[in-house]
Amino acid sequence: MGCTAERLALALRAAAAVIAVHRDELVELDRAIGDADHGENMHRGFTAVVAKLVGGGFDTPGAVLKVTATTLISTVGGASGPLYGTAFLRASTALGDTSEVDGPGAAAALRGALDGVVARGKAEVGDKTMVDALAPAVEAAKAAAEAGGDVAAVLAVAAEAGERGAESTVPLVARKGRASYLGERSAGHLDPGARSTALLLRALADEAGAS
Amino acid sequence: MTIGLVLVSHSARLAEGVAELAGQMAPDVPIQPAGGLPDGSLGTDYDLVSAAVERADRGDGVVLLYDLGSAQMTAELVAEADSGARKLFVADAPLVEGAVAAAVAAQGGADLDGVAAAAATAVGQAGGPEQEFAAGAAGARAEPTAEAVAEPSRSAEVVLRNQVGLHARPAALLARSIADLQAEVTVTFRGTEVDARSVLALMGLNAGGGETVTVQARGADADEAVQRILDLAERQFDE
Repeated sequence: MGCTAERLALALRAAAAVIAVHRDELVELDRAIGDADHGENMHRGFTAVVAKLVGGGFDTPGAVLKVTATTLISTVGGASGPLYGTAFLRASTALGDTSEVDGPGAAAALRGALDGVVARGKAEVGDKTMVDALAPAVEAAKAAAEAGGDVAAVLAVAAEAGERGAESTVPLVARKGRASYLGERSAGHLDPGARSTALLLRALADEAGAS
Repeated sequence: MTIGLVLVSHSARLAEGVAELAGQMAPDVPIQPAGGLPDGSLGTDYDLVSAAVERADRGDGVVLLYDLGSAQMTAELVAEADSGARKLFVADAPLVEGAVAAAVAAQGGADLDGVAAAAATAVGQAGGPEQEFAAGAAGARAEPTAEAVAEPSRSAEVVLRNQVGLHARPAALLARSIADLQAEVTVTFRGTEVDARSVLALMGLNAGGGETVTVQARGADADEAVQRILDLAERQFDE
């Protein structure tokens, strides 16, 4: 079964709830290697997204992702605002004006998001950033879509790969973003951006799987 | 043709200060600072930058310059989200030097590519003018053609009769005085030769009041270029 604009809006509201629950955890992760504002920033951003989505009236999933993007850009701030904003904007572009997202569509949207984040932030896998969660998620999603998986199946493997990818950032020394100022001392900590990416993927997957 | 500038900084005061500095050399160019967050704290704000772009655009395009990290991302995102409605260019250049070079080029009537090129050539100028000139930085100028190179050149010794010599404002006036000419023009002082259209390179010469510099011009309107600079110096740079 495909994912309509209405379903996607619901999934993003669920994602906002997950961010709210994990707000303090993200704050603590960011306190260790950043400036302790990631939890607050993401919570503020997704609270604003929910406020925009609550009225409904979106024709396409792409339109839902676009309003999510512009809202995050304006409300999250720091580097995460432009990065997540770009991710959602490129995902929206990848979907075009399709009215219902299928498995390959979901994989393409994730690919668009990754390409956008890489273009904007210039980070690669291994730099200890959100790319470490998103890149394996994109690969897993592609494989699942090619094997004929629907949206729920594609997002399920993406979420799993994203969580593993986020965990893989623990031993890494940061090469991008504020944590890179710490050099070797950034090792031994989970990257907050990779963690929030994994949380979002998991929330979307759980919502898609609940249908 | 007037290209606008938007200065994206984490600090409102930094953006305003750079706008003030660049504005002194380019009074007719719309230069909009976009620094800090709406609550006055440090950071870059998408909406603030978007609004600054709107104010800076007179229809010919806008060049955005940035200071650090997320300021670049915000500037690039504004350009991307605009998706071609305006002519926007995010310049990879040092904020202060790039803004000054871009402002002077815009004041001289350069188009978006010309202003962007002027900003780009500001890279490394703070380190020394010869470095910048060696990189072949002719700003918005096209490469000289074979005929231009073959044409007779003209040079003149110019005494800096004003008090401060080739300081910021006089350097900007000199660069602007020849902005619309085709000739390749250089200024030499104590063995260092720089592009006469580069305000920062001129300032880097440290040629003070009372000193003598050598102006050399090559190309179609070489005479006119040298004469304009002689006139400017004669008027003591309108001080």
